[in-house]
Amino acid sequence: MIVGERKTFEQIWDSIKDLKSVLILGCGTCVAVCQAGGEKEVGLLASELRMKSQLAGKDIKIGEATIERQCDREFFDSIKDKAREYDAILSMACGAGVQYTAEVLEPIRAIPALNTRFIGVTEQEGNWAERCRACGNCVLADYGGICPMTICAKSLVNGPCGGSKNGKCEAGQDKDCAWVLIYNRLKKQNRLGDLHKVLAVKDYSKQTHPGRYINEVYLKPKMEEKSA
Amino acid sequence: MPNSQLKQAFESGKFVVTAEAGPLKGTDITELEEVAKALKGKVNAVNVTDQQSSVMRLGSLAVSHLLKDWGVEPIYQVTCRDRNRIALQSDLLSAAVLGIENVMSLTGDLPSAGDHPQAKPVYDLDSVSLLSVISGLNAGKDMMGNELKGKTDFFAGAVVNPGADTEASYELQILKMEKKIAAGARFFQTQAVYDPVSFAKFMKRVEQFKVPVLAGVIPLKSAGMAKFMNKNVAGVCVPQTMIDRISKAEDKTKTGIEMCAELIQSLKPLCQGVHIMAIGWEKKVPQIIEAAGI
Repeated sequence: MIVGERKTFEQIWDSIKDLKSVLILGCGTCVAVCQAGGEKEVGLLASELRMKSQLAGKDIKIGEATIERQCDREFFDSIKDKAREYDAILSMACGAGVQYTAEVLEPIRAIPALNTRFIGVTEQEGNWAERCRACGNCVLADYGGICPMTICAKSLVNGPCGGSKNGKCEAGQDKDCAWVLIYNRLKKQNRLGDLHKVLAVKDYSKQTHPGRYINEVYLKPKMEEKSA
Repeated sequence: MPNSQLKQAFESGKFVVTAEAGPLKGTDITELEEVAKALKGKVNAVNVTDQQSSVMRLGSLAVSHLLKDWGVEPIYQVTCRDRNRIALQSDLLSAAVLGIENVMSLTGDLPSAGDHPQAKPVYDLDSVSLLSVISGLNAGKDMMGNELKGKTDFFAGAVVNPGADTEASYELQILKMEKKIAAGARFFQTQAVYDPVSFAKFMKRVEQFKVPVLAGVIPLKSAGMAKFMNKNVAGVCVPQTMIDRISKAEDKTKTGIEMCAELIQSLKPLCQGVHIMAIGWEKKVPQIIEAAGI
């Protein structure tokens, strides 16, 4: 999932305090799972903002809504009319969701309430960790299912640097050395020999921005529909 | 084309001595020139660090060139931290036309360790792929296989950490050393060694590679320094006996030099040379060499 982290209340307040009305828009997928921008968090932020608005002697109209996903156009249909009643949307989605909100609901302003952190997993309740950098060229098969691009702070693909200490990373003793993890995993799989075979050179050409992926299978029928 | 004196020293089978010169922050090169004068004729070559510890400083390419002007053969250190493959290759071509013979390929510390922690870490290449790029430039091709008009003739080196503390780290250091050799490393310098016994085991393990290894040594200046390295520097383990000795010493400078010289003597039979990282004591390197009798 995409993991997001709510901005501080002060930052959020600062970004909306001069508006007359704001619709807080939650996203029901990734950021709901990581408890940063789902329906529950929308309710919480709305209460905080209403309280602050009152204390500050302002009368900002604060609305609430949550859609399934802010990265899919169809889900906006249910809130399009409601959105027009507000000066701005305070989007609690990831950066993709905020941008799509601004695009689909143009010209209404979209303001981010979260910082998008990474693609990751839930390691335990309240603890999310990055697992993928979306490099566009998955090499996990070569490294025992542990991504050196992501887990190694230097994204080293040919072995560790000299900074690994007690199996931890030079970047901090709270981070595992990716290469020690890779070694231990491959050892369990009796595949240590695999480490010798690669002299890897990274290909960043797929990481040029902005990325686009087109699946012809789904695209063609639509084009035919149009031409027909 | 340049001809590496360092390479010739290895070929002659002599015990090789290298030292280190760290460019400072700013354009004042007085200290560097003094260090060069002190080291001239005393060591085979001098590493010029590339913004060590990720602290922004005067560059290693310019300082390597200055060392040549001052009569000292440089080992131009290049890290993958700050430059992508285009910049690295271009800098290597620049180094070649400035007559620099030796290059040391390094990954580089993380920017978060330095004085510009908000910098983007690059690591487009790593120490292994950079070595293969250097081999390519020596063969007259860039890393995309494009023909160069005029090729380089670098003598390339790399580093290895013989004191890695876990089985995984240790095996991975050896694996990476093998990869570096396959990619074109012709000599190695190690992380600071304080225990000749474990270093002997390491050397036994890597002697099959038949690539010269210079044991890294850092003279101890105080017990605090030793404790700091033990706690913070990966692969460095200063034995308690050495910490006690420097701690009790009345003249710490004299004792530090003596201890370093004794360490070099005990390492000498095990490897092809030493790399003295004096960390502020660069001008005392000749005293260490003299005391060690090398």
